Amino acid sequence: MSTLTKYQTANTAFVQEAEVFADLYGKTQPALTAIRKQAMAAFTKRGIPTMKHEEWKYVNLSSIAQTEYRTASPADSQKVSKSDVEQYRFAGKDAILCVIENGKLNVAVSSMSNVPKGVGIGGIDDFSSDAAVMNHLFTHASYEEEAMVALNTMLCYSPIIIKVDAKVKCDTVIQLVFATVPGVDPLLIPARVLVIAGDESEFTVVESFHTHGSGALTFTNSVSEVVVGKAARVHYTKVQVEADEAQHINYHKVNMARDSYQHLTTLTLGGAIVRNNLNIRLDDEQVNAYLNGLYVLNGKQVIDNHTLVDHAMPNCYSNELYKGIIGDQAQGVFNGKIWVREDAQKTNAYQSNKNLLLSNQASMNTKPQLEIYADDVKCSHGATTGQLDDEALFYLRARGIGETVARSLLNHAFAADVIEQVENETLRESLMQLLDVKLSALQIEA
Amino acid sequence: MSEDLKILDEVTNSEYKYGFVSNIESDNAPKGLDESTVRFISAKKNEPEWLLEWRLKAFRHWLTMVEPTWPNVHYPQIDFQDIIYYSAPKKKPTLNSLDELDPEIKATFDKLGISLIEQQRLAGVAVDAVIDSVSVKTTFRESLRELGIIFCSFSEAVQDHPDLIKKYLGSVVPATDNFYAALNSAVFSDGSFCYIPQGVRCPMELSTYFRINSAGTGQFERTLIVAEEGAFVSYLEGCTAPMRDENQLHAAVVEIVSHTDATVKYSTVQNWYPGDKNGKGGIYNFVTKRGICLGDRAKISWTQVETGSAITWKYPSVILKGDYSVGEFYSVAVTNNMQQADTGTKMIHIGKKTKSIIISKGISCGKSQNSYRGLVRIGKKAENARNFSQCDSLLIGDKCGAHTFPYIEVGNKTAKVEHEATTSKVGEDQIFYCNQRGISTEDAVNLIVNGYCKEVFNQLPMEFAVEAQKLLAISLEGSVG
Repeated sequence: MSTLTKYQTANTAFVQEAEVFADLYGKTQPALTAIRKQAMAAFTKRGIPTMKHEEWKYVNLSSIAQTEYRTASPADSQKVSKSDVEQYRFAGKDAILCVIENGKLNVAVSSMSNVPKGVGIGGIDDFSSDAAVMNHLFTHASYEEEAMVALNTMLCYSPIIIKVDAKVKCDTVIQLVFATVPGVDPLLIPARVLVIAGDESEFTVVESFHTHGSGALTFTNSVSEVVVGKAARVHYTKVQVEADEAQHINYHKVNMARDSYQHLTTLTLGGAIVRNNLNIRLDDEQVNAYLNGLYVLNGKQVIDNHTLVDHAMPNCYSNELYKGIIGDQAQGVFNGKIWVREDAQKTNAYQSNKNLLLSNQASMNTKPQLEIYADDVKCSHGATTGQLDDEALFYLRARGIGETVARSLLNHAFAADVIEQVENETLRESLMQLLDVKLSALQIEA
Repeated sequence: MSEDLKILDEVTNSEYKYGFVSNIESDNAPKGLDESTVRFISAKKNEPEWLLEWRLKAFRHWLTMVEPTWPNVHYPQIDFQDIIYYSAPKKKPTLNSLDELDPEIKATFDKLGISLIEQQRLAGVAVDAVIDSVSVKTTFRESLRELGIIFCSFSEAVQDHPDLIKKYLGSVVPATDNFYAALNSAVFSDGSFCYIPQGVRCPMELSTYFRINSAGTGQFERTLIVAEEGAFVSYLEGCTAPMRDENQLHAAVVEIVSHTDATVKYSTVQNWYPGDKNGKGGIYNFVTKRGICLGDRAKISWTQVETGSAITWKYPSVILKGDYSVGEFYSVAVTNNMQQADTGTKMIHIGKKTKSIIISKGISCGKSQNSYRGLVRIGKKAENARNFSQCDSLLIGDKCGAHTFPYIEVGNKTAKVEHEATTSKVGEDQIFYCNQRGISTEDAVNLIVNGYCKEVFNQLPMEFAVEAQKLLAISLEGSVG
């Protein structure tokens, strides 16, 4: 079978599955029927993107097209125990822990007793009478334009919803643990999150993706939609530590209202193919958006970070810092686009992408992109790819530090830049530990 | 009307200075394109069989290709059957001295301000003037021949030096490379050929002026420059076109081969008719330019000043094959009114310790769109390769756009690749500073923009630098951010 027909077969199989799901579960969610139909039409039209697609130029999804995935259903849930999930806790004992097992919230093993007043966390049934939530659900990430969002929209029946009321400041970290439990057959896991930050609210969310146990291939297809209200402050961290063979594509769409602030960190360490799509829309004036990313790869990992900062309104600020360490035969991709729309005057946008290559088989493709349609702006980007500075290495060696140690010190310092900006201390320390474990796994070539 | 608006208005109203039509009778091919057109052109040029075959092969391949749509430019579909593919001045002059030159042609050059005599006497520039496809006059050829340098029109080279043409034609830009290169390979009418033998340093700047003259003719030029081991040449190309309402297509191919220790410096100033302020008319400039550093320590340097054309779409590239070879790209692209430019470069590092530098300065005014699109690729075996890229954009007026699409592909850990880009407008504080010192706003902007482009202008040969500065002044006339 040629590769092209494999894509077609996979596309057809997904659509058929979506039709079966619509019959099985659709009746309980009538509000979403119309959207799912449109998503199905959009996916039928676009299909799994091939490398001919400009936005997918460096990532080959044929391994996804070639695997016969079965979509996870509620029956694939409830395999992890409460003690299992404790190891995935990143933000201390007090944190709220929501365990999403193969795409479905498993309340029994979650720690949600300490959810403060004004914060609501639950599934679609818990919010079905809340019109404000239902109006946001499935509407922000564009399934018309992105095939993989369409795939999620047509197959996901158990979205997780977090709603923080206006003026609520929640000090307790909310961690969403996405536990992927591989089965006998390859499993597609559609995961979906909707976060609504009320005006002037402030809180921290962590999304972490883990593989629990071993088995056949898994493909996580997740979509997060974050609606940031006026003057709200959202700290968001996405951690990817799935198994080495896992496939993972996620979309993260943020809409930011006037005077709002968000700090988004994406840490990617695991997975065979990982694609992070970030789409941050600065929807009103005086918005501050920070996007930080770190990816450390070894083996044959392929990691693609696609970010879009969409300056739709004047007087906004955005700052993006992405760093990568690439070893072995791994491939890194960074595509950062800053889009300043017409009349988004006084925009101040900054972007930086720095990469370290550790081996001669490693490669890095970066495309920092500026599209600017307004004149009174300050936009700049910088991108570098290279290896460790010889002089820095010499400095350390001259002080009696062995080469391997010196190199790992410098690698750590390079990567730590990103994690140090995470505000919550406990979380920051957990991330630092994850980083060090990964760094020690890297082959350091002199 | 505020001062700013008034000055902006003046800019948008400044007319194209070089818009005039020379009344020279042309010997045209019939409109349209099929195999017979290709045969017609080849027969007209009295070409050998192998070249005709080469053209036909390119044509047949072209038929299977589709027009590229990825550039960030928008234009109505081109009807390739509505173009005259060959147009030669009827009185083909075979001249011994400049006095015999058709007075009309001479007057055309005078209007352009590139009087051949002037050039010959004062500047010491050998000019190979190309009007609508047939090379009219090659100057200074004699003195060059003494050094073994061949500088002639492409069709002459086909007749006189078939071995060289056969060896190098299509060696850098294959006939099947891309849609427009294939089209050019099928129907190219003329161009320039330049060959510098081993160890020779060309004593003067070699220069060609292109001009599209007849209405509705496409210009398909082909330039081939070969520098043998240890040779050096600086080559200039300038372009103007008269004002015409129909869009005219220009799809040229430039190939440069630089052998061991050779250096080729290629400079171009392009000020073709950009269309009027409503975007009517203007040239479509879809060009493939590529050089290859074949030997060790070879060097190719592109310098371009792009102020004209309704749509510019070109990426002068360098393939750095030899170890220690060097590629350079310096560019100023100015767009005004409804102009669109999608331009940049490709640096393909293959050899060890290869170096490349990219300096690109974009200036957009009016409602124009200016894009930089570049590729830096470090191959797996390119040990210790080095690249530095800088792409700056300047925006003048709130309806224009500036875009950057840099592709950086690194496959070797010893590579050092840096890219930086900035976008901003002319600073009010800078203008205020000049105003305070009695410099008018208009002069201040000119001063600032000139300073902004200095890095590129410095790379141009002197005569060109003066012309480029003048062109910039015309394009920006009194503009204020």
